[in-house]
Amino acid sequence: MDVVAFYLFAAVAVVSSLLVVGQRNPMYSVMLLIASFGALAGLYVLLDAPFTAVTQIIIYAGAIMVLFLFVVMLLNVPREEAAVGPVTATLGATGIRIGAVLSAVLAIELVWALSRLAPTRFGDDAEVTGISSVARIGRTLFTEHAFAFEATSILILAAMVGATVLARRER
Amino acid sequence: MVSLNHYLILSAVLFSIGTAGVFLRRNLITVLLSIEVMLNAVNLTFISVGRYLGTVDGQIIVFFVMTVAAAEAAVGLALVIALFRHRETLNPDAFTSLKW
Amino acid sequence: MLLLIPLLPLAGFLVNAFAGRRLPKAVSGLVGCLAMIGSFAVSSAAVWGLVSSGEHAVEQTVFSWLSSHSLQVPFALRLDHLSALMILVVTGIGSLIHIYSVGYMHEEPDGEYARYFSYLNLFAAFMLVLVLGASFPVMFIGWEGVGLCSYLLIGFWFHKHSAADAGKKAFVVNRIGDFGFILGMLLIFTTFGTLDFQGVAAAAATRAPETAVGVMTIATMLLFVGATGKSAQIPLYVWLPDAMEGPTPVSALIHAATMVTAGVYMIGRNAVLFEHAPITLAIVAGIGVATALMAGTIGLVQHDIKRVLAYSTVSQLGFMFLAMGVGSFAAGIFHLYTHAFFKALLFLGAGAVIHALAGEQDLRNMGGLKRQLPITYWTFLIGALAIAGVPGLAGFFSKDEILFRTFTAATPGHTLMWVLGVVTSLLTAIYMFRLVFLAFHGERRHEAPMPQQSEEEEPVTQVSGTVPPPALAAGHVPAVHGSDHHAAAQQGAPGHHGMPHEAPWSMAVPLILLAAGSVLAGYAGLPHALGGSNRIEQFLEPAFHAPTQAVEIVASAAQPPIVPVALGLQLPGDAHAGEVHAGEVHADAATELRLMALSSGIAFAGIGIAAYFWLRRRDAAAAVADRMRPLHRLLLDKYYVDEAYDALLVQPLTTLSRTVLWRGVDAGLVDGAVNGVGLAVGAGSDALRRAQTGSVRTYAAMFFAGVVVIVGHYLL
Repeated sequence: MDVVAFYLFAAVAVVSSLLVVGQRNPMYSVMLLIASFGALAGLYVLLDAPFTAVTQIIIYAGAIMVLFLFVVMLLNVPREEAAVGPVTATLGATGIRIGAVLSAVLAIELVWALSRLAPTRFGDDAEVTGISSVARIGRTLFTEHAFAFEATSILILAAMVGATVLARRER
Repeated sequence: MVSLNHYLILSAVLFSIGTAGVFLRRNLITVLLSIEVMLNAVNLTFISVGRYLGTVDGQIIVFFVMTVAAAEAAVGLALVIALFRHRETLNPDAFTSLKW
Repeated sequence: MLLLIPLLPLAGFLVNAFAGRRLPKAVSGLVGCLAMIGSFAVSSAAVWGLVSSGEHAVEQTVFSWLSSHSLQVPFALRLDHLSALMILVVTGIGSLIHIYSVGYMHEEPDGEYARYFSYLNLFAAFMLVLVLGASFPVMFIGWEGVGLCSYLLIGFWFHKHSAADAGKKAFVVNRIGDFGFILGMLLIFTTFGTLDFQGVAAAAATRAPETAVGVMTIATMLLFVGATGKSAQIPLYVWLPDAMEGPTPVSALIHAATMVTAGVYMIGRNAVLFEHAPITLAIVAGIGVATALMAGTIGLVQHDIKRVLAYSTVSQLGFMFLAMGVGSFAAGIFHLYTHAFFKALLFLGAGAVIHALAGEQDLRNMGGLKRQLPITYWTFLIGALAIAGVPGLAGFFSKDEILFRTFTAATPGHTLMWVLGVVTSLLTAIYMFRLVFLAFHGERRHEAPMPQQSEEEEPVTQVSGTVPPPALAAGHVPAVHGSDHHAAAQQGAPGHHGMPHEAPWSMAVPLILLAAGSVLAGYAGLPHALGGSNRIEQFLEPAFHAPTQAVEIVASAAQPPIVPVALGLQLPGDAHAGEVHAGEVHADAATELRLMALSSGIAFAGIGIAAYFWLRRRDAAAAVADRMRPLHRLLLDKYYVDEAYDALLVQPLTTLSRTVLWRGVDAGLVDGAVNGVGLAVGAGSDALRRAQTGSVRTYAAMFFAGVVVIVGHYLL
């Protein structure tokens, strides 16, 4: 059962990511990314991290993607120019061509390396599965990582101020 | 059985897809979206390894990553808006003032 | 206390150099003169103290200068009998020349006047350091310093091209000599391990005199090269005649009385070392007498009054080197001392003539000044008689001493040298009196209008307070004037500047004092043959011996300082104690008397010849010149030595510098390299800047390439 779920979610994630990257309409890209997030959330649940899954949906899909949508609609972003010819022709400067090639190289690299590892199974005991406990997450967050937590709040403040300033209309 | 390797390979693939998107797309917003894809791939890695090791640290890191991603997305989009106002286009190739 | 002696002129220099432009002329002149007079006073006191204490020498270490492992050179001053005589000459005659300059340079603007005195004081300070130095490096400081001041003063009127060129020539030729000096100094250091004069003398004394060319011979030869540069001997004398571009007091002080004698002094200072290198001494004597003869012949036909005197100086210096070369160092220094008097006198007198004639220097345009410039004439005549070697005056005693020593010397070829010396003496008398007769006797040939009176002018200037003549008030000629042309525009101006006028008191008094000195100074060296005790030789002896040898020095009464106001006559009849001279031959008194008679005869003969040609029958002189035209031309053009140097050395060097070193190496290689680096950087960055595509995606791509490589490295 788990296996099926895994492959299902994985497929959705990969396909929608491909489409996010591949297709032209930015509005569709955003929607597809939301779908990708959903798949990932499912994967998190499979990994005994329901809290993270819910957080993902709420923050990522709910807030960040909505923000993206706002911006897309605000700017009335047009469709990208249609691709002409094969994929390589759409790649512009040499650098970009190289970049695309490199991405493929990276993918192959990583996949190949990872597949050579011996399969490492997940543990099943109670302690391990206890990571899903929100209480436990909370406790760790506010004790061991308290400083990082507070720092993050300052980061968000900075981001807020920055975004406000940057997006202001020039007088 | 689904092992850690499966998850790692999946996140590697997603990461590469995101990277390709950063290079290939000629729309700034889509570039930002690709970056989000990359971040997600990384999140997946953290969660899966965290599950493997049996700690909550993975999830906590993901928590922070999400926060930072939110902040970054906000600022990035503000920048995009400012740039759009300047040039009326979202094509990154249009912003070449720093060219030699 | 010794330090004060050079320090006072140095202080004078500083005052005039930094504040001179704002000071009135009277003050700057006063500062300059007082510095010198003060230094003279301190010198006299120091010498008095030395002599009355009976010590050989007094030393003062001012500070530790060079201290590096085996090289220990403190900045030390040392006063012994030799340097005592020298400092009295330098400060005494120097003071007189400073006073003279007050009048002579009076028409210069304030700033220039102060500059002149600052240089003059600086020169005195360096000269005193040279003389008082206790070791080679300290002497070398003074050596170089006087060379510098010579350059500054020769080129004093630097707006005039010939003066600037002359200054440069003097400096460069001096430098060549200095190079030899440095090499000699280094060789001495590596051989003896010390640079202190006493140390070197002591170390040299432990060795036997070299019969073949050894390290001491080479070292002394190199030092002598330095001496030829500084003291204008063959082959480095060429700068001295050109140095006459400078103001006449400068010629008197530097190029007659003091700086050019530095080479002679240096040999005297290192007498022990030179005595151990007889080959060098022979060469010194040979070059000395050759220079003397050559310069004498050239001086015979020159037209410029100062040039004649310049060549005369070169010639007399040759005599001094002859003396040093045959080993009678005392005789050389004696001649140095008497020569300082009458040569300074002659130069200052020439300056008075030039001043009176408003800048005229050509003998062919002078004449008949005897009546108009009486003081100048009589003092000049005394100087001429002294240099010609007329018995009774200073030059007679010193020159005769040299000739006598040469005749009785042990140096190979000394008889020939003696003959040449005698011939040169004859020439000296001839050209000197040619000068006197052409300048002062006969009819007037210059253009200045006839004077109303023939008595001398009322004194125009004093040391303090000046009365500007009307010609100066009416449109002053700026200092950009040539050579000694004292405001040539003043000719024809109303008032007393329109005719030759006698020197003002500031110029006349030094002339008189120097004339007295020229007469009396010689008696310090009254030789035994005439009943004297040759006190000067006794006085100087201890300085020429190594410190380990204890020389019996006669406890004589103090040698009176050579001050114009205190004239002490050495009366013949003083008992003279036995003297121990190493390596000197005592001929009998009869020979000496015979030689003296010969010298006197030569002197009078020379005067007679000069009188015949230039007093009585001037056309005879012209006729002789005509008949021997090629020879006359040769002498007039100074044997074409300057031209030879120019063709052999200067032109090739200039061409080499210009084409190879300047265009080739400097512009080509060095500039090429530097510009090349610049160009390379430019080209490199031109290529590298293509990386700045401006496209963010490209940047990200390159970024990413790095990531891929790193990941690959870690994974694989």
